[in-house]
Amino acid sequence: MPSATINPTRQELNRLKTRLRTSIRGHKLLKDKRDELMKQFMDVVRENRALRKRVEEGLMRAHGAFTVAAALMSPEMLEQSLLYPKQSVELDMTFQNIMSVDVPQYQFRTSSQDPGEVYPYGFAQTSGELDDAVDALSRVLSDMLRLAEIEKTSQLLAEEIEKTRRRVNALEYVKIPEMQANIKYITMKLDENERSNTIRLMKVKDMILKEAIEERQAQDARAVRAFGSDGESPAEV
Amino acid sequence: MYKIAVMGDKDSVLGFKALGLEVCPVDNPDQGREALHRMAKENYAIVYMTEQLAAQLPQEIARYKDALTPAIILIPGKEGSLGIGMANVKTAVERAVGADIL
Repeated sequence: MPSATINPTRQELNRLKTRLRTSIRGHKLLKDKRDELMKQFMDVVRENRALRKRVEEGLMRAHGAFTVAAALMSPEMLEQSLLYPKQSVELDMTFQNIMSVDVPQYQFRTSSQDPGEVYPYGFAQTSGELDDAVDALSRVLSDMLRLAEIEKTSQLLAEEIEKTRRRVNALEYVKIPEMQANIKYITMKLDENERSNTIRLMKVKDMILKEAIEERQAQDARAVRAFGSDGESPAEV
Repeated sequence: MYKIAVMGDKDSVLGFKALGLEVCPVDNPDQGREALHRMAKENYAIVYMTEQLAAQLPQEIARYKDALTPAIILIPGKEGSLGIGMANVKTAVERAVGADIL
């Protein structure tokens, strides 16, 4: 349905036609973008699920060992053992561009490469379960960082896909049909105007002709009255 | 240089200290909210949060969901997984595709 406020002029028609061309092109591009984003997103989400499962399992194991350690040691001892970490993690963040979405990529470095270096305490006064817990945690750490990267990526991609999908649908089902209807309305209106103009001209022409004929007849009648009242034709006079 | 923090109840997060991550023990949601906002302003790239705490701060987490930093990642606390983390993955799929297709 064309909107009520539309001007049926040639200028408006040209404007609408340009906009329609742009919209159709934009729609095609956005659709391609959506499809590609979706493809990337599916890969990311699959990895996300697998990774999350692995991290949760690893963390549950670590928590289990930690709970046992906490039961065997006094809370003060436990806290004291972990108070000053030997290891530190340095994190760098760069951005990768997936279809105009900036997603983070983390590079991390632990201060020491030796896996035995993660225990920040002496082994004499702590229970073995604490070692297990810290060991399990340090093994799950790289997966956790990867999970952070993947999960953030999937969230950002999901947002972008949602936006793009809305745009594609708005163009496809609202904007483009509306413009086409408007163009049709204007074309019809202009054609109608043209026809009515032609008809009007024809009418005017008819009227002028009729007037001319009537005038001519009146002239003839006057001539007949003046010269041939006795019935002879003017040619014989 | 970016920082990594772990938030949650003390028993769940203490172990991460050994790994050199920054630990932020939180006892109640208000404290968590405050700490989270502070971290968002500072240079934190990743915040790991226990699901038990995250369940009490849904609005705060939703707020940072579309921001580039910090990435708030849910991890199971010592009581076990509540399934919120997995549910979030599902929500992301639903948001993008319009239906859960996995």
